[in-house]
Amino acid sequence: MNPAYSVIFFTAASGLGYGLLAFMGIFASLGLLPADRWFGFWGLGLALAAITLGLLSSTFHLGHPERAWRAVTQWQSSWLAREGVIALLTYVPAAILGIAWVFFEQLSGGVLVAAALAAILSLLTVYCTGMIYASLKTIPAWHQSSVPTNYMILAIMTGAVWFLALLYIFQLSTIPATVIALVMLAIGMAAKIRYWRQLDNAPVTSTSGTATGLGDLGEVRLLETPNTSANYLNKEMGFRVARKHAVKLRRVAIFTGFVLPIILVVLAALASGVPAVLFSVTAGLLMMVGIVTERWLFFAEARHVVNLYYGDTAI
Amino acid sequence: MTSLPANPSPTKLGLVIDLDICVGCHACAVNCKEWNTGGYHAPLTDTNPYDADPSGVWFNRVHAFEVGEGKSGRTVHFPRSCLHCEDAPCVTVCPTGASYKRNEDGIVLVDESMCIGCKLCSWSCPYGAREYDADAGVMKKCTLCIDRIYNQNMEAVDRVPACVSTCPAGARHFGDLGDPASDVSRLVTDRGGYDLMPEMETKPVNKYLPPRPRRHDNGEITEITRLEDASPEGGFLGWIDRLLTATGEAK
Repeated sequence: MNPAYSVIFFTAASGLGYGLLAFMGIFASLGLLPADRWFGFWGLGLALAAITLGLLSSTFHLGHPERAWRAVTQWQSSWLAREGVIALLTYVPAAILGIAWVFFEQLSGGVLVAAALAAILSLLTVYCTGMIYASLKTIPAWHQSSVPTNYMILAIMTGAVWFLALLYIFQLSTIPATVIALVMLAIGMAAKIRYWRQLDNAPVTSTSGTATGLGDLGEVRLLETPNTSANYLNKEMGFRVARKHAVKLRRVAIFTGFVLPIILVVLAALASGVPAVLFSVTAGLLMMVGIVTERWLFFAEARHVVNLYYGDTAI
Repeated sequence: MTSLPANPSPTKLGLVIDLDICVGCHACAVNCKEWNTGGYHAPLTDTNPYDADPSGVWFNRVHAFEVGEGKSGRTVHFPRSCLHCEDAPCVTVCPTGASYKRNEDGIVLVDESMCIGCKLCSWSCPYGAREYDADAGVMKKCTLCIDRIYNQNMEAVDRVPACVSTCPAGARHFGDLGDPASDVSRLVTDRGGYDLMPEMETKPVNKYLPPRPRRHDNGEITEITRLEDASPEGGFLGWIDRLLTATGEAK
């Protein structure tokens, strides 16, 4: 599948935003965060900025962005519509939490309920994002129960690391957040390695024989394509560039996305003051490089069964 | 609504494509383009049509496959278009309601005025039936020539999809596959018509008829025998041949 930059940016940024919002919400509702105006402003501001920029970027790849409002109407059948609905719903408790925290420095009573709700809806939105991909039978690499789980794991992970960086910046207690960040980085790495192992050993779903129905007559090979230069299907679904470098890119994703952030989070825990802030922020930035690489591969390595009509013999 | 019809009518309009007959002339694809570029989805935009890298929207594309090896090998021409599936995933994934399946005849259509161009429907289709028009910013697809088959301004004989009306070999048939007594349904029963990629669980309405078994399968493939001797022995041609050879110009 052709990795559209807007969708890669959207899923990486919104994943980070929803993860961070979830941590702000959960920690606030448990009474673990100070009702400090500036911490609330930067924490929720960063989360909502990442979410909003991500959502806006996802509309850039649309043919008619001005009709994007229609995309929330078919929530009964479409995971994309469900994602849109829950993404918009999330803004309501997030706004209540934000206004109470930033303007009134209030973190009690109903605000705690809004905080918990914001966290739950955040994770639900990411689940819907994963289900958009997992619901496509035509792309066996995505049609896996691990896909929405991994999207949620990586969102929680990216949120955890940036939440930790914020705690360092505001000189708040970092012990539980450090443990959570390290555990999530380890889970994230394990989940991704497991996904790639499954991908490499995936059974064949369809063949040129089932695609043409001629399999009983013998091996089916493409003789002539209908088109002399690439058509929409070839460009959108036949992307091959990154598959060539998949092994190297996987290594890049593992090191920048998980291994180096783990080392930097440990260094931050050992350090204090400005070095701790620098270590944790660098961990967050490197991790995002890894996540963007991982997201690129998620698209580039996924093969669509329509390629069986264009020369592939098994997918 | 992008939910599939809850109580669909028994009518299932669709095509039956005979892979035994198709000669791969691409007339169906060309006439499809010709009709539809002025039809429901007009225009079927072409980009760089006269450059080195032309691209454009087509609803019907003809592939050619080789099947089997050696003596049992054969070439099969394979037209590919929307199969108007009963469980059409392209309909249910649509977030806006632009993609829908008609209750009365099962035709799958896109309402361009509601399409946001997210392309998810084309991702969900195993058959590559949908092609995005980058110029119009919307998804386009086969309409089963809905603007022909119900068109009261046309002669009854012409009220078939453009691909069917133009096929010079009679490889394409149009009809109601929901009616077991229809001509197309009987063709499917008699000839063992089948679904493409049944493992995708889309329940296509369109069916394909397999190539018939070979009539002469025991013959040996031998070297081609020359039909005419290039060195005639006697007679007038022989004399000419000898004369020209003697002058030293023959090769």
